[in-house]
Amino acid sequence: MTDVMPDPLTLAILLPLFGAIAAFLLPRAAPAIGLGAVVATAAAIAVLGHLVVQAGTIFVPLGGWGAPLGIELRADGLALAMLGLTALIALGVGLGALAAFAGETEVGGQPMARQRAFFWPLCLLLLTGMNGVYLSNDLFNLYVMLEVISLAAVGLAVLGGTVAALRAGLAYMYASLLGALMMLLGVGFVYLQTGRLDLAGLAGAPDSAALSAAFGLMLVGLALKTALFPLHFWLPEAHANATAPASALLSALVVKAGLYILLRLAEAGPFPGEAILTLMGVLGTGAVLWGGVQALRAERLKLLVAWSTVAQMGLIFVALARAGLEGLSDSWRAAALLILAHAVAKAGMFLAAGRIKDVIGHDRISELDRSAVRPALAQLAFALAAISLIGLPPSLGFIGKWSLMEGAMMAGNWHWVAVTMAGTLLSVAYFTRALTGFLRFDRVRAPLDEHRGWALADAPPVVLAGLAVGLGLAAGPILAVLDLGTPFGAIP
Amino acid sequence: MIALSQATIYGLAGLAVFGLGLMGVLGAAERLRRLIALNLCAAGAGMVLIAAAWRSPPAVPDPVPHALVITGIVVMVSATAVALALIRRLHSLETDTDD
Repeated sequence: MTDVMPDPLTLAILLPLFGAIAAFLLPRAAPAIGLGAVVATAAAIAVLGHLVVQAGTIFVPLGGWGAPLGIELRADGLALAMLGLTALIALGVGLGALAAFAGETEVGGQPMARQRAFFWPLCLLLLTGMNGVYLSNDLFNLYVMLEVISLAAVGLAVLGGTVAALRAGLAYMYASLLGALMMLLGVGFVYLQTGRLDLAGLAGAPDSAALSAAFGLMLVGLALKTALFPLHFWLPEAHANATAPASALLSALVVKAGLYILLRLAEAGPFPGEAILTLMGVLGTGAVLWGGVQALRAERLKLLVAWSTVAQMGLIFVALARAGLEGLSDSWRAAALLILAHAVAKAGMFLAAGRIKDVIGHDRISELDRSAVRPALAQLAFALAAISLIGLPPSLGFIGKWSLMEGAMMAGNWHWVAVTMAGTLLSVAYFTRALTGFLRFDRVRAPLDEHRGWALADAPPVVLAGLAVGLGLAAGPILAVLDLGTPFGAIP
Repeated sequence: MIALSQATIYGLAGLAVFGLGLMGVLGAAERLRRLIALNLCAAGAGMVLIAAAWRSPPAVPDPVPHALVITGIVVMVSATAVALALIRRLHSLETDTDD
């Protein structure tokens, strides 16, 4: 990298940051600036992808100061897959937001013009933090980027301005801050033990009780931020009460940052022993079952989708805990696939749920089967996303669940296979509650005020949900990208 | 030996402050109280790290934990500002609807 041309890693963080500032200063031009910044970031990531395919892992010491003293950025296949996916979702949700905030007034909340102006700076700030997490190579940078994400995420959660959204947003903020403080304390203890903050420094650290305690603190903090059962209490209300594009970003991306950091910690090692891994699996099982049961009981569509996020996050923890013969060096692939699959499908599903709520006027599940207009395309998008989340072939969710179950079977861990099956059955049951309403739709006789059948707003959810199903056919290339630069050592 | 125990005392006191804050965050019902408790947590965490970075006089303290604590303070101040704005907004909305 020369000094004149900024490298794509730095650009992937700086472009959305500058875009966020510009969009905040010029609120009228915010949508144009926002979309422009997302496209420019995607271009930087494409260039980065080219480099990673050629070179494997890339390191960039910022300002010429390398690790362990300076800050170093790193990109490998895992980071590249997450970056690409995040840019894709930001683009899709951004296009959806153009349509969602197009109206004039919102009943009982913020005026649309304000929401439209503030969505973009927050969305770009979130993108900055996400890309920063993916590219960070030291613990402290990860902590800072997590805070960038959580401030942007709280802003997005309360964007609608309703009392319910503000209450949920505040609860979210408290949980997130507490998680951040535990993370900070954990990072500090790791430094005091090892004398280094970069992830590579962890690899050589001798395993000790103090280091395990530091890891434990970080894990609790991350579990709070990722809403691992039983620390999920803030998630359903916060995600269900936000406006649809904000919910899509929160559910698809924000909770993934903590999981990604867990993956990186596991990669650097020495990861806390078998006991902690099993505990993560048990808590994940709790999340799968409890999230499933609550989704069955939810009365509103968006709440159902939010509870399904709790269940799906639990499944990813189960995958991380034990999905392969070789332990983490095997099971991370299943976890990464499930993260990607959930992100795409959930973004599409929340956008679709938002469209359904906009068209029908409410999202009470028991009355979703009748209204004056039928949101046919949004219903299709919801169903496609549900196919991927349930894990039917050929969707990306199927590939993720398949590699989870295959790994668990090979290792003889039949109980994790049973958990996955139970989670799958539960997800079929709760999504069916919404889908039967779509299939038995009765158009109510009512004076139609204006044509609201097909709209551009339907395109982003349909495309995202379609990708969630279609990307399963590209599982080979996706796995090849994940293995670039061989995170977690050599391919077994 | 006295110096070492001094750092240990500060560290333990920091942990105690963190614990008190944690109790407040989990136990308090009022929003403002919980926010103050979170700030107490942050102060406790900072105290622990600074006490741990201390070295007996001829040697200088380790600056890296100080950098962590300063960043933590910056994050906490801005987050507190956001939370206070949310609390105020929520308060005015709730009093409006109660009328």
